Amino acid sequence: MRKKANKGFNECLPGKDMSMGLAKKILEGDIQAAARLLNCIEDEVQGTNEELKELYPYTGKAYVVGLTGSAGVGKSTLINVFIKDLRKKGLTVGVIVIDPTSPFTGGAILGDRLRMQGHSLDQEVFIRSVATRGWKGGLSKATIGMIHVMDALGKDIILVETVGTGQGEIEVSKISDACVIILSPGAGDEVQMMKAGILEVADIFVVNKADKEGAAEVKLKLEGMIYSRSLAASSTLSEWKPKVILTNALGDKGIEELTESVFEHRNFLTATGELEKRRQERARTELMDTIKNSVEKHIYQATSKDAYLEELVNKVASREVDPYTAASKILRTFTPIVMN
Amino acid sequence: MAEGKIRVVMAIPALENHTKGYLTVSGMLRDAGMEVILLGNELPERVVETALQESADVIGISTYCGSPVVFGEDLLEAAEKKNIREKTIFIIGGIFPPEDVPNLIKMGFAGVFPPGPGSRREDIISCIRNAIASKKPN
Ligand code: B12
Ligand SMILES: Nc1nc2c(ncn2[C@@H]2O[C@H](COP(=O)(O)OP(=O)(O)OP(=O)(O)O)[C@@H](O)[C@H]2O)c(=O)[nH]1
Ligand SMILES: [Mg+2]
Repeated sequence: MRKKANKGFNECLPGKDMSMGLAKKILEGDIQAAARLLNCIEDEVQGTNEELKELYPYTGKAYVVGLTGSAGVGKSTLINVFIKDLRKKGLTVGVIVIDPTSPFTGGAILGDRLRMQGHSLDQEVFIRSVATRGWKGGLSKATIGMIHVMDALGKDIILVETVGTGQGEIEVSKISDACVIILSPGAGDEVQMMKAGILEVADIFVVNKADKEGAAEVKLKLEGMIYSRSLAASSTLSEWKPKVILTNALGDKGIEELTESVFEHRNFLTATGELEKRRQERARTELMDTIKNSVEKHIYQATSKDAYLEELVNKVASREVDPYTAASKILRTFTPIVMN
Repeated sequence: MAEGKIRVVMAIPALENHTKGYLTVSGMLRDAGMEVILLGNELPERVVETALQESADVIGISTYCGSPVVFGEDLLEAAEKKNIREKTIFIIGGIFPPEDVPNLIKMGFAGVFPPGPGSRREDIISCIRNAIASKKPN
């Protein structure tokens, strides 16, 4: 379960340089420092939280847009042209693109960035490829921390592309201000969406590959679904009705409409106080997750060399003790210690 | 729980059409537990900028047409300019004249891998691992 760190540059060596001094540089706009801190977050290097603590007061300015949809619908290609349009409007952009880690080898091929290389020399576009490293829901454990770093670096808008497995990557809605769901004709994933509860979290729908046959039908179907849902809901007048936008990411068509729609939705959220509510929820999720992670890590560290844990494992396996009783025993024994 | 993953940026020169070598090697590295960021056809300066944003440990180039020495020189120069030459490991493979090999090594490539007995999966992986180990302090 526990793998040994197999690399360690100066800056990422646990304990070596407890104050990495990265936060200060990031606030001055140092891209390399930001990139390095992103590694430290992913590798859970000691001292990382100190840097994030320093950055946190400077975050909360960026607008976070999550983009999700089945594999191959064109998420990365769409983001590429979306970036172009946002840049035209003078906004700086951070992008986090997530691909799956192989469960067998722990390695990953990260191929999203390939579609966005045209922006590689633009200092105002920071793109980062991320592997899930076993995390579920189409995100990686480090995603929220990474958003904070890009936010503190001064990016106006941060785009997050989830893994595209079509299994309802709705986790992204919990970490973003707006959630864009992307479909394409011929993928037959509308039913999948209903099952996965995606309709509930979508703020904007994009039907990409509009150059292909069937795009208009997909759009119509979606609009039908949105309409019947709004009838079913005890429709308060102020409720946002998701737009459905046709795009051709390869042909750079429909993108301005997408940008407009994102802005319009943001205005709606701001005007109704919904944005604040969403961010409050996000803060709650992050706090709870951080508590969970800290407790888990703490218990893990406290018990990993402990014979007591092994003893309990054996007892649970042999049905001498049930896992619930064993867990509360461990929690009672190990949590009073002050954690940092 | 810390897991320091090796991150590799993989690219082929702008006009290169041979993609099999780079895809094959990318697969090998993934299977060795590394995270491989694919760039496809690229220019040296843009490879470096990307490696910087990705905080990559390794830059890998695959080349079959065109001079690896010229591309290599531009790559290393760009890396120098961006201050990542010291921390980054450079490797290169593909088909090119044998006399380029010593030049590439002299230039600063940690590993040069033309087809043949010295370019097996194990050779490439251990080259990367050793180079990273030798960059560790102490
Ligand atoms: C397949 C192939 C093609 C395919 C490529 C398809 C594709 N998508 O990749 C196509 C038909 C497109 C093609 C086109 C051409 N080709 Co061609 N092609 C080949 C061929 C038959 C196989 C190459 C290959 O893919 N091998 C598979 C890989 C996995 O094996 P490998 O190369 O041994 O890889 C190992 C190492 O090199 C190393 N490695 C490779 N890359 C990297 C990267 C890193 C980071 C590391 C660590 C290691 C590493 O690791 C691998 C595993 O050990 C070779 C001949 C041959 N038998 O090698 C000619 C060959 C490469 N082609 C050649 C030529 C000349 C061309 C053309 C110019 C032909 C023409 N006149 O039109 C065009 C070039 C177009 C262009 N601008 O790129 C020449 C190159 C001459 C040279 N450099 O000395 C070769 C050698 C044929 C010859 N004998 O003349 N080609
Ligand atoms: N015809 C057409 N093809 C497109 C369009 N957008 C993307 N594609 C193609 O669809 C394929 C997949 O595109 P990506 O952008 O990689 O899709 P993705 O959703 O990011 O894929 P994953 O990240 O693997 O889930 C590529 O071959 C694109 O060129 C479009 O609008 N029209
Ligand atoms: Mg993608």
